[in-house]
Amino acid sequence: MASAFSRYIIKRSAYTLFSLFGLSVLVFVLARVLPGDPARIVAGPQAPEEVVERIRQQLNLDKPIPVQYILWLKSVFHGDLGYSIYTRHSVTLDVIKYLPNSLELIIVAAIIQVVGAIILGVASGWWAYRWPDNIVRAFAYIGISVPAFVWAIILQLVFGWWLGWFPVQGMFSEGVTPPPRITGFHLLDSLITGNFVAFKDELWHIFLPALALALGPMAQDARIIRAGMVDNAGKDFIALAKSHGLPDRLIMFKYLFKPSVIPAVTVMGMDIAALLGNAFLVEIIYNWPGFSAYGIAAMLRKDLNAIVAVVLVIGVIYAVANIIVDILVAYLDPRIRYLERGE
Amino acid sequence: MVEEPPLIEAKDIYVGYKTYRGVMKVLNGVSFYINEGEKIGFIGEAGGGKTTLMKTILRILPPNATNVRGQVIYRGKLDLMRISEKEMKRIRRRGLSMIFQDPTSALNPVFKVGEQLMDIIKYSRLEEGIKLSKGELKEEALRLLEEVKLPDPQRVFDSYPFQLSGGMRQRVVIAMALVSARELLIADEPTTNLDVTIQDQILRLINEIVEKRKLSVILISHALGAVRKMTNRTYVLYAGDIVETAESNELFTNPLHPYTKALLEAAPKLTGEGIGKGIPGRIPDYVNPPSGCRFHPRCEYARERCKREKPPLVEVKKGHWVACWLYVKR
Amino acid sequence: MTEPHSQRVYLRRRRLSRRYESLKRAWYYFKKSPLSLIGLGIVSLTIFIALFAPYIAPHPESAGLYMNFEEAYQPPSWKHPFGTDAYGRDVFSRVLFGFRYSMMLAAVVLSLAAPPGIILGLIAGYYRGTWIDMLIMRIADIFIAVPPLVLALAICSVLTPNIFNAMMAVTLMWWPWYTRLVYNMVSSIRNEYYVIALELLGAKKSYIMFREILPNCLGPILTKLTLDVGWVILIGAALSFVGLGAQPPTPDLGTMVAEGGQYLPTYWWISVFPALAIAFIILGFNLLGDGIRDIFAATER
Repeated sequence: MASAFSRYIIKRSAYTLFSLFGLSVLVFVLARVLPGDPARIVAGPQAPEEVVERIRQQLNLDKPIPVQYILWLKSVFHGDLGYSIYTRHSVTLDVIKYLPNSLELIIVAAIIQVVGAIILGVASGWWAYRWPDNIVRAFAYIGISVPAFVWAIILQLVFGWWLGWFPVQGMFSEGVTPPPRITGFHLLDSLITGNFVAFKDELWHIFLPALALALGPMAQDARIIRAGMVDNAGKDFIALAKSHGLPDRLIMFKYLFKPSVIPAVTVMGMDIAALLGNAFLVEIIYNWPGFSAYGIAAMLRKDLNAIVAVVLVIGVIYAVANIIVDILVAYLDPRIRYLERGE
Repeated sequence: MVEEPPLIEAKDIYVGYKTYRGVMKVLNGVSFYINEGEKIGFIGEAGGGKTTLMKTILRILPPNATNVRGQVIYRGKLDLMRISEKEMKRIRRRGLSMIFQDPTSALNPVFKVGEQLMDIIKYSRLEEGIKLSKGELKEEALRLLEEVKLPDPQRVFDSYPFQLSGGMRQRVVIAMALVSARELLIADEPTTNLDVTIQDQILRLINEIVEKRKLSVILISHALGAVRKMTNRTYVLYAGDIVETAESNELFTNPLHPYTKALLEAAPKLTGEGIGKGIPGRIPDYVNPPSGCRFHPRCEYARERCKREKPPLVEVKKGHWVACWLYVKR
Repeated sequence: MTEPHSQRVYLRRRRLSRRYESLKRAWYYFKKSPLSLIGLGIVSLTIFIALFAPYIAPHPESAGLYMNFEEAYQPPSWKHPFGTDAYGRDVFSRVLFGFRYSMMLAAVVLSLAAPPGIILGLIAGYYRGTWIDMLIMRIADIFIAVPPLVLALAICSVLTPNIFNAMMAVTLMWWPWYTRLVYNMVSSIRNEYYVIALELLGAKKSYIMFREILPNCLGPILTKLTLDVGWVILIGAALSFVGLGAQPPTPDLGTMVAEGGQYLPTYWWISVFPALAIAFIILGFNLLGDGIRDIFAATER
């Protein structure tokens, strides 16, 4: 019976691969057919025409677009995302350099988001229509309506500039030596090397941008958990649990919580993936040396290979996140695990 | 001999539900009692407030319940409406139990049957000061599943509710009820949501268990024949009011209230001549319930007074009470 | 009544009166929720400001390339409730004009993206399981494969940055969300008995899709449209904020937030007030959207 579910996951993965392939075609073609001569940008405005022509040949820009695409795809499978016109580095190396910084920020944000949403959602649902609920609901509306980059500015202004509780930007304070690069994730690296000064310093720096990213989705998820709790609290299975005198805490955290949180998990997963998008703006505001800041720089400079790479890498992360969420939901919800799923 | 106080005596219960349209005033001052060892029945149309009444007694009303008033006297001493939640939990674990109407919604969809059952056993035994190990809990759970005549208890133990048939689910709910049923078993329409072929088996199972354990029973059912056979006394509940009550045999052979008459008339009879008459109209809107007697808009004998005043429950014959102006002598 | 024409008129009249009835009932539910009313208030105010910005702004000249360095960097005061920026322009007036750009963006994007998205979703859902479904939904998937903001940024980056191209970019990636929403609803409605009955009766497919199935999807579509106004404004503001959308001196809220960012924390009002304005508009549409959802939830019962 369980194989129905694995079949579903395999099918989804296949669709996802297809979508990513389509996405690569879309972005690649878009990047080539639009005005601007990449070879000229590489060579510089003063370079003689022969040089530009040579570069064009080197970069395969003289071939028809389908051929260009196939050549590009071939190199992608060899782990080569091309050559950044602007930084003059291999895009692959740039991705490896900047991506962990962003993932670090996103993971911390996701933790804040999930933990906060569960605490707020459960409190709100358990004391439905009483004051804790009213406060959470008011917060939820504001949280959802204020975009991440507005949160970023407000938090930076209030807790960074005015109150001075947190650093305003960057990843490490001056004088703090960042840990050597082992995994690329600085928090992890500083723990491995026992550099707790750097670890604390980075946590300090990461908190505001991560909170700015987390507040919106946290509010949204808290609302969904609350709705599930309120809805299920009136169901007979809760009345049955109560009728047998089970302790409130057991009912709340086991019998009410689990069915209520399952629908929120799907949304939470999508929200975590959406952090990737919002990180684009928050990283700029906090001067966070991340992948998104790299991506924006590439976009502003029309650095084609870098743009394609950024979109694709994010597409892959997004897809993997979605599939993990699917598996997680199935793990939590036996009805999905065992039943043939309509698709 | 000193007369024992009733096991449960409910007095003047009012319950409403908050909805987006306003407050639904469901129970409208209901009183009833059940003696130790007695079997009573409740009949009436769906939506008449029977389930709400039972949930009120166990204090397991959904969160949107409001304006809950009245008394539920337990053994003549405790008022279940006023004792602390902690004490109430002890009573639920020790003596009172309920079989729910719809076994599909009564079982938690995302936990295995065994796990749910083991939690219930664990806290019920803890109340008696016995702490069971995991293995003992499982043993006890399997024994209960066997007691309700589930074939292959081990498989049921390891199943999720949606993997079982309706009849099997109801047996699981009954097994759960058995854990703490030592005084009173409330069976709230235990067969309504089941196939006809299974209904009889489930009723027989309940009857058997009740006899074996010498339980008091409140049976709510649309199967009027079963209520007549299985209970000593019957209450008729209409739109949140007790309209009639008597010994079951008396009530079913000699109904007095126009609603009871219509209800018995409407029931399909296997031997009778086709389908019953049915009752025109339907259960009233609880947000704006009819004034006076709540049955008057559907009653063919309704007169002026019925619209203005709620009729009192009066004893017409010995043990036969009716709430209807037709039987009030001036 | 024997004449088909008069019968049609009668039916239409009855349908109209029923529609009026349900409208009245919807308003009745809507009124009960103070939050929805606040949402409606904010949305009405937003639309009003968007329409009449030039007439209500105290310093309409501030909307463009106006410079008055004597008045630069003034903190909020009675004269300039939101202060003035580096060029001495009145931030309050610029914010009022910003409502215009935001609403225009939302109106253009949604009116261009929703109809094709809905129609494609209807078709894909109706022909569920065929190659038509496969083709439409796989293409839609491509656009859903990355967070909307990232794709919008990427598309904008290869175009000349201006507000028109930003609108086109957002439109291009917005339709699939409607396709997916409608697709999911249609795939379940499709198996309802009334649809099957109509098919057996030989009703035209276009009739079934547009006259029978579509009206049943209106609730969620309308809710999504309302909520999406907020999202589109957010994406638009984000594009401008990065510099890939509207360009200075356009009084676009996102652009203003970005421009003002350089003057943080001393002249905080230059970016904070436009930022709050964005949040205000989104809040209004969120509250209204929730109210609309509640109406459909209540009337369905």
